[in-house]
Amino acid sequence: MNFDDTPQEAEFRATARKWVAANAPKEFEEELSKSSLGRIRLAKHDMVEVGKTWQKKKAEGGWACLHWPKEYGGRGATPIEKVIWQQEEGVYGKLTQPFQIGEGMCGPTVMAFGTEDAKRRYLPKLASGEEIWCQLFSEPAGGSDVAGLRTRAEKQGDNWVINGQKIWTSGAHYSDYGLLITRTDPNVPKHKGLTMFFLDMKSKGVEVRPIKQANGMQEFNEVYFTDVVIPDSQRLGAVGDGWSVSLTTLMNERMSIGSRLATGLPEMFEFCSNLMTDDGLAIDDPATRSKLASWAVKASGLKYTSYRAISALSKGERPGPENSIGKLVSGTMLQDIATYAMDLEGASGALTGLDEETASGQFQQMLLSSPSMRIAGGTDEILRNIIAERVLGLPGDIRVDKDVPFNKIPTKGR
Amino acid sequence: MNFDFSDEQKQMRDAARKFLTEKCPPKAVREVLDGKATYDKALWTGLAEMGFLGVAIPEEFGGAGAGHLELCVIAEEMGRALAPVPFASTVYLAAEALLLAGSDAQKQKWLPKIASGEAIGTLALFEGKGNPSPQAIKLSASGGTLNGVKKPVPDGAIADFAIVAARTGSTGRDADISLFLVDLKAGGVEVRSLTNIDPTHGQAELTFKNCKAEPLGAAGDGWSILTQVLDRAAVLVAFEQVGGSDRALEMGRDYALDRIAFGRPIGSFQAVKHILADMYVSATLARSNCYYGAWALSTNASELPEAAAAARISATQAFQHCSKNNIQVHGGMGFTWEFDCHMYYRRANATAVTLGSLSYWEDQLIDRMRKKNAA
Repeated sequence: MNFDDTPQEAEFRATARKWVAANAPKEFEEELSKSSLGRIRLAKHDMVEVGKTWQKKKAEGGWACLHWPKEYGGRGATPIEKVIWQQEEGVYGKLTQPFQIGEGMCGPTVMAFGTEDAKRRYLPKLASGEEIWCQLFSEPAGGSDVAGLRTRAEKQGDNWVINGQKIWTSGAHYSDYGLLITRTDPNVPKHKGLTMFFLDMKSKGVEVRPIKQANGMQEFNEVYFTDVVIPDSQRLGAVGDGWSVSLTTLMNERMSIGSRLATGLPEMFEFCSNLMTDDGLAIDDPATRSKLASWAVKASGLKYTSYRAISALSKGERPGPENSIGKLVSGTMLQDIATYAMDLEGASGALTGLDEETASGQFQQMLLSSPSMRIAGGTDEILRNIIAERVLGLPGDIRVDKDVPFNKIPTKGR
Repeated sequence: MNFDFSDEQKQMRDAARKFLTEKCPPKAVREVLDGKATYDKALWTGLAEMGFLGVAIPEEFGGAGAGHLELCVIAEEMGRALAPVPFASTVYLAAEALLLAGSDAQKQKWLPKIASGEAIGTLALFEGKGNPSPQAIKLSASGGTLNGVKKPVPDGAIADFAIVAARTGSTGRDADISLFLVDLKAGGVEVRSLTNIDPTHGQAELTFKNCKAEPLGAAGDGWSILTQVLDRAAVLVAFEQVGGSDRALEMGRDYALDRIAFGRPIGSFQAVKHILADMYVSATLARSNCYYGAWALSTNASELPEAAAAARISATQAFQHCSKNNIQVHGGMGFTWEFDCHMYYRRANATAVTLGSLSYWEDQLIDRMRKKNAA
């Protein structure tokens, strides 16, 4: 048992480190280091533009999407090399946020189901960040129940005509292409009538509207489709096979090992170490210590769980299912930490000004944003179902809509 | 990075599981639970024959000389099987104290007997309610004799020798504490068995009356040695707790698959699934923290104090969580004497307070993290 690189891994790490040292945009290092919770704001620059510049540079140096084949813009690297790269890229990895859905979900789907022409046309530009992709799955009537989606695609000659609405689409407002799942046959049970496409987001009839979120920010969008025409050549997988294609996409989402999930623990530990209360430093209070310790062992448990997965990759093995716990643990933890930090500040805990109190409003921001961490990318409840069914082998729930034609499924209660 | 046990260590885990499945079924645990024996003597002899008792004891002292990673995988299996033997007190506490601080003669005398199963050892630290602290140690030592009362002492009624923490000064500092080694069969100690929530592991009160004792380690080093022994034992006990957590989770899962209510397996209800998913989460976090503790223990890393506290907290929480929710998944049957659920619940909650309770280790962890952050 050790934490050392193999000689090959050490050599790869040295090469990566040298390249990052020579090429990274150091002028943003401090700002990026300070931004936590995956929320990046650069005071004087546009995040997407800075990100595109960095991604392009990486692509030219052979460091973009490095586990992809070379002919599609990658490096043909092994999974462990990708993890080592992420470690060496460090804070600059935060700049790649606009490209993560493309790299992690859309790209792999195109790679698995696209024609050779499509792969050569789209994947290298996705890898280099020149073209940004978004994922159009969720709908007002199909969140956790993705297969309940209603956006229609109807065949007209060699084209498909799309009508409907998607929601919760991250980055739709700056995306060039989208991966779109639609219903092509409402007369069969819901999982059987779906088909996957990709489309140009500038197509006629696509309208992107930002959603003002509960935390006051705008990161997600609604996307409306009115008679949007997509050529059949942009279909991914067979007509009616959309559900199994989407599983490829979602599986890739969950394989993102070594990605950094914020827990709030370092920020909270520092806050409690410095916060003076009427009874002395917060960290000397037994109740606070007990909570901090419980959060600390969750954070370290997640860290070493990911080390176990990395070790499996290093040996060329497939990691176990342990990594599925990450978001479930960290989402609740962020919310609990934010709530308790505000409690420690007393009445001032509700103030949000950047100049207020010791923590300059970061826990208040965390509080308002944390509900989304427990919903986006699989709600806590869906994640528990996945662990129970796929890891522990428990039976699926009884589904009353499973064998019913989609257009006969009730849509309202009573 | 190779943050995993080696193939050989995994083979040893498999061998231990096979051995314990055969020699330590729930029926054997119940013999001790029901008071028909104080511990499973046949199992103890078998563990010695398998080389498990001396796995981390060097060959020159009669052990297998393997190491602590090997001991960790065996500990996990001991916890999983609820082995009703004085393994923790003898191997994690007494043997570790001897290895850390014993003279060559002391090691020669006791370690081979531990490895062969001839001697049971323990650590006599606590004196009534409370967590480990130098101030709580009142038992006095002067002129090589001990006077005072220790309770609870794990496996104290069946132990052949004890490492005893005693007061040798009154300056109010850690250096007031020294350790002694006492042959419990040589007279001067009254032993009284105590009842406790987990009868598969005995507890006792030891009263020392002008009892002859030999020093273990230098005078005044007692607290420093104890701290190290407790850290090392914390990692090993945490592996037992992880083994117990996994077994409790499996029992709950198997029952949820088997039990039909409302016309379907209860494991198809989300309310039940989510209980089991949360058990998996806590057991997984504990296992990962324990692996880090194992690494720190086996390399004697400077990170051991923090790693041991994290492993101990995480594993205590997981075993308590998994064992209580295993009962919940079983419903009424889980609350019968006949089903094994309560044996895990008893073990989980007894283990949670031996070596110092959860709040003690939480306190330790925060102190140790602050020290690291300050450094």
